[in-house]
Amino acid sequence: MAEKKNTFWNAFLNGLLFENPTFVLMVGMCPTLAVTTAASNAIGMGLSTTVVLVCSNLFISLLRNMISDKIRIPAFIVVIASFVTMVEMALKAYLPDLSATLGLYIPLIVVNCIIFARAESFAFKNGPVLALGDGLGMGFGFTLAITILASIREIFGAGTIFGLSIMGEGYKPMSLLTAPAGGFLTLGILLILVNLGRKKVDAWSKARKEAEAV
Amino acid sequence: MKEYLLMLVGCLLVNNYVMCQFLGICPFLGVSKKFDTALGMGLAVTFVMTLASCITWLVEHYMLIPLDLTYLRTIAFILVIAVLVQLVEMALKKLSYSLYQALGVYLPLITTNCAVLGVAVLNSNNEYGLLQSTLSGCFSALGFTLSLLLFSCIRERLEMSDMPKWMEGFPGALIAAGLMAVSFMGFSGLIG
Repeated sequence: MAEKKNTFWNAFLNGLLFENPTFVLMVGMCPTLAVTTAASNAIGMGLSTTVVLVCSNLFISLLRNMISDKIRIPAFIVVIASFVTMVEMALKAYLPDLSATLGLYIPLIVVNCIIFARAESFAFKNGPVLALGDGLGMGFGFTLAITILASIREIFGAGTIFGLSIMGEGYKPMSLLTAPAGGFLTLGILLILVNLGRKKVDAWSKARKEAEAV
Repeated sequence: MKEYLLMLVGCLLVNNYVMCQFLGICPFLGVSKKFDTALGMGLAVTFVMTLASCITWLVEHYMLIPLDLTYLRTIAFILVIAVLVQLVEMALKKLSYSLYQALGVYLPLITTNCAVLGVAVLNSNNEYGLLQSTLSGCFSALGFTLSLLLFSCIRERLEMSDMPKWMEGFPGALIAAGLMAVSFMGFSGLIG
């Protein structure tokens, strides 16, 4: 692993899996819980966030030698807010339905901690290629995580997926899951599964290393 | 008067920002480990949110609308909030050092609390007047503080309890928050 530490793909995979923003870093919880009542909303939100994240990462990385340390936070905010405004206007023009369902949460991408955290801890310290990989990885990791969460909530909470009914006629939806409380519960249960899975993987790789050592 | 009383109950219980609208989840999960820090964060947020909803109203109605710049709303609001948080921090440092020390760590965190920007955007979407905006900011912040305080009490107990290893920390806290949100669902429909 050590020799390919600083490549585009490594930064990408790191964001997508090893440091998945939702399941591992636990940042950006507000949109994670708020828009995951339907899978299509989650994909819309995830991709909008990805666009903002990639653009702001790239821009901040290009400007990193020009922005002085003292004013970096206001500078980040202005860059991020500009891209959010662009996405907001584009969505209103081309996807008015999605823009209406996501509503308040689109301007709130500005205060999504993922974007801010990546600007501060990654883009401001690395070159544009790496920052691009990190932005794409983190963005898709976020999209993947919230789409999984939303699919579970939509399938069991409404009996549909992407608006298509799949659970059959007799299925009684558990409407609790699409209510706000369901968001907390589903994410909690998913995190337990992720924790258990990671423990299994850790134990497996440890056992393999020991076997190799012998 | 009755209208504002209804608004208070609405913001505290029926449309609680954390439990029903998912605004301000990050500080809700992040600083709820101890009652004292939760109280500090709650007070700081209440202060900033009340001021922010008042000032963003003024900015919108005396700068953005006359100059026809409403598409810059998000940028203008977040900058106002960031500046405000900085000002509050500096003012507190001069005026009341003990309060500054108590809130110190939490003040910079407020800029990225989505409840603050959320209330400003909601006020502007709902076309509230100045008094209404300020009160809705204040009441929503009180609702945030209420759920933060309740949750911190629950988490103090969770720390002591003997949970399975894989439920410690975040998963356990999320499930506790879920159960709390279920109880908040009981308030829905309280005000027609």
